Amino acid sequence: MAKKSFRQAISEALRQEMERDPTVVLMGEDVAGGAGAPGEDDAWGGPLGVTKGLMPRFGRERVFDTPITESAFIGCAAGAAATGLRPVADLMFVDFMGVCFDQIFNQAAKFRYMFGGKAKTPLVIRTMYGAGFRAASQHSQCLYPIFTHIPGLKVVIPSSPYEAKGLMIQAIRDDDPVIFFEHKVMYDDEEEVPDEPYVIPFGEANFLRDGEDVTIVALGRMVKFAVQAADMLEQEGVECTVLDPRTTSPLDIASILESVGETGRLVVVDEANPRCNMATDISAQVAERAFEALKAPIRMVSPPHVPVPFSPSLEDEFLPSPEKIAAAVRAVMGAPARRAAA
Amino acid sequence: MADLAALTMPKLGLAMTEGQVASWHREEGDTIAAGEEIADIETPKITAAYESPATGTLRRKVVSPGQTVPVGALIGVLAEPTAADTEIDAFIAEWQARFAAEAAEEGPAAPEPERIETPFGAIQILESGPAEGEPLVLIHGFGGDLLTFFLLQPLLAERYRTLALDLPGHGGSTKTLPGADPAALAAIVSAVMTARGMPVAHLLGHSLGGAIALALTEAEPVRVSALTLVSPAGLGPEINGDYIAGFIAARRPRELTALLAILFAGGQSLITREMIDGVLRYKRLDGVTAALTAIAAANMPEGRQAKSFRHVLMDPARPAQIVWGRQDQIIPATHAEGLPLHVRVNIFEDAGHMAHMEKAADLARLLGS
Repeated sequence: MAKKSFRQAISEALRQEMERDPTVVLMGEDVAGGAGAPGEDDAWGGPLGVTKGLMPRFGRERVFDTPITESAFIGCAAGAAATGLRPVADLMFVDFMGVCFDQIFNQAAKFRYMFGGKAKTPLVIRTMYGAGFRAASQHSQCLYPIFTHIPGLKVVIPSSPYEAKGLMIQAIRDDDPVIFFEHKVMYDDEEEVPDEPYVIPFGEANFLRDGEDVTIVALGRMVKFAVQAADMLEQEGVECTVLDPRTTSPLDIASILESVGETGRLVVVDEANPRCNMATDISAQVAERAFEALKAPIRMVSPPHVPVPFSPSLEDEFLPSPEKIAAAVRAVMGAPARRAAA
Repeated sequence: MADLAALTMPKLGLAMTEGQVASWHREEGDTIAAGEEIADIETPKITAAYESPATGTLRRKVVSPGQTVPVGALIGVLAEPTAADTEIDAFIAEWQARFAAEAAEEGPAAPEPERIETPFGAIQILESGPAEGEPLVLIHGFGGDLLTFFLLQPLLAERYRTLALDLPGHGGSTKTLPGADPAALAAIVSAVMTARGMPVAHLLGHSLGGAIALALTEAEPVRVSALTLVSPAGLGPEINGDYIAGFIAARRPRELTALLAILFAGGQSLITREMIDGVLRYKRLDGVTAALTAIAAANMPEGRQAKSFRHVLMDPARPAQIVWGRQDQIIPATHAEGLPLHVRVNIFEDAGHMAHMEKAADLARLLGS
């Protein structure tokens, strides 16, 4: 089986679904020619090259550039989805979502409900997120908690090339609007990815390590860090379960509760701002529903509540790391048992 | 100098390059008989028992549980109880130095699967063994793939020209079925044999692959020189319908772990995370659920086997042997009873449905390899 990058895995998913289903179209800033380039040879294929080669293959009717007007083309994509196409709109950086919140929150997310279940909205919005790219505070955010907050949207955060391909194919085939988050520093990550199309269902967590001592829940790029932390901790005799929910909406809370029921300890790693993020949400649900299982307080590993710094050294310090995750695990392992202390 | 024997990391299958000592069953100082299971070895594909190659006293565990080392690395030392510790130390030092020197030179590459075009679509095959050897075709069962023979095929390849294939709907082959009953699937095996220049072959089929081997023998008897059937379908009506339905439906690792555990006499202890991940990844491929559903409906509707091929075994001119694990929970070993006398029947008391994995070395010996 061939090794493919995160970029190739997503591109292959788009290509295979476009071959399978003629209603799948790609639209967005620079997905075809890009930067006003007229020809096919100098087509950018998106700012980081994910859709490169798709316009020459499928033509400008199915792969087309839009003006830099998110409110217009996201609204256009939502309407196209409600009337028979399966658009994949590229919103470039999630930081720009503020321009088109109405089209997403109030229109795409609500069509099914406002039209009595008679409308479906098979829309995918691809977008880049995350820090570590030296792109400063307006191009580095992790805004998935905001989308998770809105009923009617599905939110996908793939953690590897294999995951990205299967989740993208599921996103395109899904009849609800899906926001698909791609971490911009993961595009060159490589692993074995099948050539054939496959789907990974939404709302089913992936277990990357099995351990009896601590459950680490991590999302997106943080999954790799959590696995590195778990492997470090194994050398110290601490066995971690590492769980990747894959999607924050729907969220596989059942698997998280089941795992915490076995380990009694939880560390949640989230690259998003620490207030009202997925770590706080997951922690609250576990505290509410599995408090009796907990042997130690829940720990959250998130950045500080500040805009992403532009200074490279500060940006590095800002992010969660395998070392910070390992430290949080050691803290929950060292904490005295609640009942014993009582 | 006393006799010292090296215990080394075994190569379990073509692709294995390293393995982990999952646990030691015996302590330093224990007397060990040749053939005794003294440790569990974990590979990405399976956990297998390590049988001592010699008799002696386990003097040293060189590798601790959880440690991963390359194939061929020293994991322990057997010696007489009287051998001095300094002798053991010297033996280990010398052995490690030689192993490091040999590791620097590259060994021959393992054979790689390839995809070939047939009239029925692309089929993935894995060939291994001497070109002049007797042709032997390995046919896997429902939901499996050619890697189910990863332990057995290298052993058989010492003597036979082996060819394992992925059936359509499985592994790396097309997910479009030309038909779902044994005869339709047998036609594909026949096409692959033709494509690879095997007019005649010994067929080894596991489970559904056994019924396919029998169907091919029925359709084209001149192409089958001998039959080896491991827990085959096609010899009786019973089959575990809950397992079949559960396998098609299973989506979560835990569900699948519990389900696959009933394949082996050893239960869950033999199942690795990589094995579960591999099956889940296969089941997610487009077309797989439809193919498995069609095969189940054609071969084992409502938990009963649709067709019997017992009559195919009546021809005394064709050597045939049946291998079964007594603890098989998918197809009962009693299906091996009442067959003609020329059919050799071998029942392993401590194996389940996967004797070709659980008893790979014994099975290879039954085939003279």
